[in-house]
Amino acid sequence: MIFVYAFLVGGGICVVGQLLMDVFKLTPAHVVATFVVIGAALDVFGIYDHLIEFAGAGATVPITSFGHSLLHGAMAEGHEHGYLGIAMGIFKLTSAGITSAILFGFIVALIFKPKG
Amino acid sequence: MSKVRKQTWRFDQPIYLGATGTVVGPLEARGPLSASFDKCYEHLHCGQKSWTEAERALLRRSISFCLAKAGKAEGDIDLFLAGDLMDQTVTSNFIARENRIPFLGMFGACSSSMETLATGAMLVDSGFADNVLCAVSSHNATAERQFRYPTEYGGPTKLTQTFTVTGAGAALLTKEPGKVKVKEATIGRVIDWGINDAANLGTAMAPAAADTIWTHFQDTGRTPDDYDLVVTGDLSGVGSPILDEILLEKGLDISSIHQDCGTMIYTSDQPVSAGGSGCACSAVVTYGYLFNRLAEGSLKRVLVVATGALLNSSTPKEKDTIPCIAHAVLLESAKEG
Amino acid sequence: MLNDPKNYKENVKAYQPKVPYFMNCFKAFLVGGLISLIGQGVQTFYMHVFHFSKQTAGNPTVATLILASALLTGFGIYDKIANFAGAGTIVPVTGFANSITSSALEHKNEGVVLGIATNLFQLAGEVIVFGVVSAAVLGIVRLFIEHLF
Repeated sequence: MIFVYAFLVGGGICVVGQLLMDVFKLTPAHVVATFVVIGAALDVFGIYDHLIEFAGAGATVPITSFGHSLLHGAMAEGHEHGYLGIAMGIFKLTSAGITSAILFGFIVALIFKPKG
Repeated sequence: MSKVRKQTWRFDQPIYLGATGTVVGPLEARGPLSASFDKCYEHLHCGQKSWTEAERALLRRSISFCLAKAGKAEGDIDLFLAGDLMDQTVTSNFIARENRIPFLGMFGACSSSMETLATGAMLVDSGFADNVLCAVSSHNATAERQFRYPTEYGGPTKLTQTFTVTGAGAALLTKEPGKVKVKEATIGRVIDWGINDAANLGTAMAPAAADTIWTHFQDTGRTPDDYDLVVTGDLSGVGSPILDEILLEKGLDISSIHQDCGTMIYTSDQPVSAGGSGCACSAVVTYGYLFNRLAEGSLKRVLVVATGALLNSSTPKEKDTIPCIAHAVLLESAKEG
Repeated sequence: MLNDPKNYKENVKAYQPKVPYFMNCFKAFLVGGLISLIGQGVQTFYMHVFHFSKQTAGNPTVATLILASALLTGFGIYDKIANFAGAGTIVPVTGFANSITSSALEHKNEGVVLGIATNLFQLAGEVIVFGVVSAAVLGIVRLFIEHLF
C-alpha cells in the first residue's frame, strides 16, 4: 500500500507546484523556495512526520522534505544545546543529500559535456 | 540617396545583394527550408568544443560561403558590419579579429540582421564603401545560457516562448549588378507597450513591427497590393496575429501577404513552442529562401521587417518592461518581366 | 482594441495561447508520482537489504536519486523528461540535483575553479538559503515557545 500512497502523495505535491507555476506565474526558483519553507513550517507541528509515516518516499522525495529535515536536525540539537544547537544541527539530516548533490554534480560536470 | 519623410531611406543607385551565405544547426536542417541553406550542421556543437566557439564557427562559415559565391576575397571588402546576441557582441568581434576587414559592430538584438543590411546599403549608396559584408549569428545554446537557464536544466517551456535559431547569415552588398536589389530601408523607433514577460517576446515586439510597417507604408505611399510579401523576423505564432490585428485596426490589412521567419523555418510539429527567434532567424530565411525566390523572380518585392527585443537577462528580474525595435529593408528582384 | 499602448498588456490577453492547465497538472502528477514511486522502491531496498530503519533509509534513498539525476543530466536526458513533466521534475529532489549539475556543466569551459565550482550553486543556492533561514527562524521560535511553557 505504501507504494500507492507514495505515488499519489509525491504526484500530488508536484501538481501543487505545477499550479503555482501555471496559475500564479511563479518561476521554478520561487516554487522550490516556497516548498522548502512550507516543508519547514509543517515540521513545526510535526505534521510532516505524519505524512512521511503515511506516504514514505512520497513525502521524502519532494523538496519539501528538505525544509522538514533542516528543521528536524536543528530541533534535535536545539533541545540538547539550546539556541546554539539550532546552528549546530541544521545540516545534520540533510548532509547526505547536499554532499551527494555537490559530489555527483561536480564529477558529472568533469566528465560530461552539455548536449543542448 | 534620399530621405523619404522621416524614417525611410531610398537608395538612388542600384545596390545589389551580390551573394549570400547561410549556415544552420540540426533542428533548422529538419525544417521546411533546409534546402535553401548552404550548410546544415548535424550537431549543435558544430564540431567545436564549446557553445561560444560553435556560434563563431557558424558565422565564420556563412561568411566564407558568401565570399566564395561572390568570388571575392576578404581583402576586397571595405567594411564588415556584424551583430549577434552575446554580451558585447563577442561572436562578431572575434570573427572581425580573424578577417581583419574594417569593422563596425552593431547591436539591435534580433533586428541586427536588417540593421546591418540597411546601414551597409546606405554606406554603399553614399560612396563610403564599394563592397560591404553584413552578417549576424545566433546559437540556441549560447542564447539559452545567457538569457534563460543552463542548457541541461529542466526548466519549464511556455507556449509563448520562442526557440533561438542556431545559424548565421551573411550578405554582400555591392554596386556590381546582381540578382536581388536593395531599394529602401525604414529605420524603426524603440517601442515599449508595457510587456515585461521575457518568455513572451512575440507579444512585446508586435507593436514595434507595426510601427515600422505602418511608417513604411505611410512614407512610401504604397499599399499592401504592391508587395508580394511582408516578412517579420521573429514575432512567432503568438506575435504575428497580434501584428496583423494592430495594423488592421489602423486600416492596413497585410494579413494575406504577411509571413514570419520564426514560423517559416520550422514545421509545426517541431519542439519550438511559438516558433523560431534570434538574429539568425530572419537572416537565414532572408538570405537563403527569400534570396533564392527573389533571384529566380518568383517573388518581386519583399519587405523584410526584422524585430528585436532590447533587453538583457537582468532587466526582466528588475521588473522593467521590454523596449522593442523593428527595422525594415525592401528587397526587389532584379529579373525583368 | 490593441492600439492602446496604456492598456495593451491587458487587451492582448485575448490573443495569448491557452495554458493547458489540466494536461500540465496530469503530466506533473504522473512523473512526480513515478519519481516518488521509484524512491519508495529504493527505500524499501535499503531497508530490507542493508537493514536501514524507516527513519534512516531516507538518506541513502535521496543520495541514490541524486546520483541518478546527475547522470541523466550528464547524458542530456533530464531536460527532455522535464520538457514533458513540468513541475513533476522540478519539485522532487532530483530537480535540485539537476539544477546543480546543469549549472556546473554549462560553465565547464571556464575552468574547474571559476567555471564548475563557482557556478555549482548558481540555481540551487536559493533552496539552501531559504531552507536554512526558514528552519533557523522557525527553530528559534519553537524553542522559545517550548521554554515558555
